[in-house]
Amino acid sequence: MATTAIEQTPAHSVEATGLWSWITTVDHKRIGILYGATAFLFFLLGGIEALVIRLQLAQPNSTLVSPDTYNQLFTMHGTTMIFLGVMPLSAMYFNFLIPLQLGARDVAFPRLNAFSYWVFLLGGLLINVSWLFGAAPNGGWFGYANLTTKQFSPGMNIDFWTVGLQILGVASLAAAVNFFVTTVNLRAPGMKMMQMPMFVWMSFITQILLLLSFPIITVALVLLMIDRTFGTHFFVPSGGGDPILWQHLFWLFGHPEVYILILPSFGIVSEILPVFSRKPLFGYAAMVFSGVFIAFVGFGVWAHHMFATGMGPFADAFFSLATMIIAIPTGVKIFNWIGTMWGGRIEFKTAMLFAIGFLGMFIMGGLSGVMHASPPADLQQTDTYFIVAHFHYVLFGGAIFALTGGAYYWWPKMFGRMLDESLGKVHFWLMMIGFNLTFFPMHILGLNGMPRRVYTYSEESNFKLLNQLETLGSLILAVSFLVFMYNIWKTWRIKATAPADPWNGATLEWSIPSPPQVFNFPALPQVSTRDALWEMKRAAGGSVPEPQRVSGKGIHMPNPSFYPLVAAIGVTVTLGGFIGGSHLPVHIAGVAILLFGVYSWAFEPA
Amino acid sequence: MADTAHAHADDHHYTATGIDNRKLAIWTFIGSECMFFASLIGTYLVYKGRDVSGPMPHSTWLLKGVEQEQMLEIPLVTFGTALLLFSSFFVVLALNGAQRGNRKQLLGWLCATIFCGMFFVGMQVFEFTHFAHRGMGYTTNLFSSTFYTLTGFHGTHVTIGLIWLLSVLAVALRGKLPPEKSLNLEMAALYWHFVDVVWIVIFPVVYLIR
Amino acid sequence: MSHPTGRRLAHWAPALTLAALVLLVAACSPDQYPQTTLRPRADYARDADAIFRLTLGWATVVFVLVEGALLFALYRFRNRPGAADPVQSHGNTTLEIVWTIIPAFILAMIAVPTVRTIFKTATKPGPEALQVEVIGHQWWWEFRYPQLGITTAGELMVPSGRTVNLEMTTVDVLHSFWLPQFAGKRDVFPNRYNNLWFKAEVEGNFPAQCVEFCGIQHGRMAYRIVSMKPEAFDAWAANFNQPPRDFSADSAANPLVKQGQALFQAKGCVGCHSLYPALPLIGPNLHHVGSRSHIAAGTLENTDENLAKWIQNPQAWKEGVLMPNLGLKDDEVHALVAYLRANQ
Repeated sequence: MATTAIEQTPAHSVEATGLWSWITTVDHKRIGILYGATAFLFFLLGGIEALVIRLQLAQPNSTLVSPDTYNQLFTMHGTTMIFLGVMPLSAMYFNFLIPLQLGARDVAFPRLNAFSYWVFLLGGLLINVSWLFGAAPNGGWFGYANLTTKQFSPGMNIDFWTVGLQILGVASLAAAVNFFVTTVNLRAPGMKMMQMPMFVWMSFITQILLLLSFPIITVALVLLMIDRTFGTHFFVPSGGGDPILWQHLFWLFGHPEVYILILPSFGIVSEILPVFSRKPLFGYAAMVFSGVFIAFVGFGVWAHHMFATGMGPFADAFFSLATMIIAIPTGVKIFNWIGTMWGGRIEFKTAMLFAIGFLGMFIMGGLSGVMHASPPADLQQTDTYFIVAHFHYVLFGGAIFALTGGAYYWWPKMFGRMLDESLGKVHFWLMMIGFNLTFFPMHILGLNGMPRRVYTYSEESNFKLLNQLETLGSLILAVSFLVFMYNIWKTWRIKATAPADPWNGATLEWSIPSPPQVFNFPALPQVSTRDALWEMKRAAGGSVPEPQRVSGKGIHMPNPSFYPLVAAIGVTVTLGGFIGGSHLPVHIAGVAILLFGVYSWAFEPA
Repeated sequence: MADTAHAHADDHHYTATGIDNRKLAIWTFIGSECMFFASLIGTYLVYKGRDVSGPMPHSTWLLKGVEQEQMLEIPLVTFGTALLLFSSFFVVLALNGAQRGNRKQLLGWLCATIFCGMFFVGMQVFEFTHFAHRGMGYTTNLFSSTFYTLTGFHGTHVTIGLIWLLSVLAVALRGKLPPEKSLNLEMAALYWHFVDVVWIVIFPVVYLIR
Repeated sequence: MSHPTGRRLAHWAPALTLAALVLLVAACSPDQYPQTTLRPRADYARDADAIFRLTLGWATVVFVLVEGALLFALYRFRNRPGAADPVQSHGNTTLEIVWTIIPAFILAMIAVPTVRTIFKTATKPGPEALQVEVIGHQWWWEFRYPQLGITTAGELMVPSGRTVNLEMTTVDVLHSFWLPQFAGKRDVFPNRYNNLWFKAEVEGNFPAQCVEFCGIQHGRMAYRIVSMKPEAFDAWAANFNQPPRDFSADSAANPLVKQGQALFQAKGCVGCHSLYPALPLIGPNLHHVGSRSHIAAGTLENTDENLAKWIQNPQAWKEGVLMPNLGLKDDEVHALVAYLRANQ
């Protein structure tokens, strides 16, 4: 069987290029870039789905798309943005940054890391292949039974959904094990847990949430898939099944999932704000403990998504109070971020603008969330556009703003080039304006009676004006992303000569060249404080010299491998055999490929 | 001192906690799998007692108007459970043999473990087919669906554990499992213990508690 | 070195924001939205509204204070040439305690009325309430009045000033019944009854729609809530309990109506649609459909033109609906419309 990550092959001082080197890469930095590029493309796809939705909703009684197409669009928009957008964009940062910020050469299991990426890519492709069959998932991203049972969803749409999400779950779980072990075990000598960068802490908590919540949705999806494939009645009322079981299982996963979506962004913002305020993160310990508290209590609030289901007053009251309690540590974080900037010397670089934008928008999303923590009020708000407004403020105004800020911040480290600051500011302002114009009116629409997930609305409802404003806003948002892509393209053409530390960073990734060499650090750093690099600069009299590229002789890095991809194909084929019914030959082929991949991986001379 | 720290960290076995990465990974994975089985057991408990007809675990039931005995047959499963529990003990002995370089001890007890595991899976296969003959199909009622799904997933996990143990046995037979590589067996053994512990929960919940 | 477009945008941003705000404020007035939740007109809705305004109030206060602090910090602590290096403070335990306790206190102010209202609205009304059974179907709502022996569809008729108790379920998938003007919403589940109650304070004909995604036509699963004075309600119920008029025996009846009645049988409409006040079938009950304000599950005004359009080709308006396109000829449609219109 294979031994640990650091193996017996000399490092290459010139990195391999070409398609094959990317297919067989086990380098966390390359895997991070793969995640980022793939996720960004899926994000654009999800964005196009949103634009079509907005165009359909710009007119009452519009027939731009058919009702079924609309239902596929909103289902895929949600599923794509959550599982193929925000989560893998966060994974890009986990991959690229965690080993660097910990002072390690790679993650604990480099091939498992590559496996996670390939499974993600294949799962995302599989779920989108459904469009070609005209059978994209159409039961909502939450897939409530019993609408999603075979009787009421006879096509393959829901099969693509259950299978696709299970495949993506495998990717997330494998990555979560990897990053959990990496964070616990591969910290640089001397780096205690309470000295890790805040991004690593938030990511660490995220991995724990993934490990504990994904199995729950796996069970839900498996039970639904079994109902649809073999005729059991887990969610079929005529056989004694109870659709509410689906909701409990789904939301037991679903609520921790929203923290999975936002915690990495909390971490990103906690990195950017101190650097551009020129002072350390305010209240490090409070930030760690509030993050832990949010994650823990986050497992106890799931039924606040179910206030309209008639659980009874005691359940309603319990979940309402638990939800309000979670607002407290969230508030603590917001105040600590403001405290970080307070008394600082704020530089309004693009990355900082996005971090500030995150803060401003997340505050609003958090406040609307508290408004529906109360069941009597929520019974008017739930399933309306008021909720759509809330979660877009926290997921777009929150997560997407933070992830975008992270892109501007870490772009030089990843690619050796700086993104253009002026274009960045245009991007930011367009996004700010477009975002608020799209999503703020939804608060008003929701309170005034517009339900969610409706493919059209009547003239009589008077929803038209606000919907048109929102559609205009979404077009401005689209333009903002075009500006971003232009920025990437324009700056790509210049040579990669960015300095190691363009921002006066506090953490270890800024102590090595941009982009880093394959082995990351010539010598693994010794750490004894938080903000390790700021400490090193202080000890050296204010700055450290620009790090030079070295030969890396004597440093052992893991060999590239083809088998993670093979194993990923095996997983995809095995589970893919459940689409449209259980096809035994497909399962067998998939298992054979998987076993071949796993055994080759286990026994290859790494 | 810094140099030795660097050299130490670059030693390919260095970990901040002193626990091998792969061992920590198995524990982490086990933690996640606990939630998986907790969800399945939860589903079983939610639907327990909700059937109005069809096979019943602990009471008689009617099949086409004819009264049938309770579905679950405790004695055989109890024996299988005992064997599975013993197998956890046997794998500890095998691991001890591996760590001390005692090839006979390693191979002997590893075979005993695998034998017990195979018996357990065989017992389950027999149980399932017997139930099917007695009129309990997968979709017959909620009890049948939850029973087969829960114990079936557990049995699948046992089977995967067996394949893993057989692979380790093959490696050991070729003499490629010296004490310094005993972690390979230890990881399989940890997984095996987990599978056993899950059964320690399932067995009373399904078979014993009425 | 700021980009010209960036600078132009920043220059126009205040004006644009103001324009957007003006438009938003104009669009804000709840009275232009017939489905609004902000004009509660029943006891239940008022309780919900009170909690909403309480949370909105606190949210606004917190918003102003926190966003204000943020904006102030951005202005006050922006980097200026010659500014000193900032003090490298790491935190302040007292502050952490203060800004944990104050939000907890605010939340308590929301939590106490919340729990009180939860229990108040969970208490089912007594025997004096009018009982209505609400049944969700893909994609229409059925209403039965067990005390009155009435089954109808599409329009929930209620008396004002009297508590109405809704017991709600579904025959297929999950739906959610919502009375934005009178009460909140409740999801409906198969094999189970969920409960909602309210006492309407006003009369009127109000729109509402299903509010839990239920398949292809979730977007057009609407209904009307018609509140009327108790005497008017009693008159409606009494009138409703008359058997359907048989025009075939009536020599004075319009021949088109007679033809329509015959077609209603011959074309199979009776297979799904009952005309009897107490009899449910798989389609909406059409007793007295002629006098309803809306048809097609509350999505079309009940005009002759709309009725004809619907009967001619329901799939064109509501693709996927369970009522098939019967391929009727124009004159057949006119006859059916006349017959249904006569059924009042």
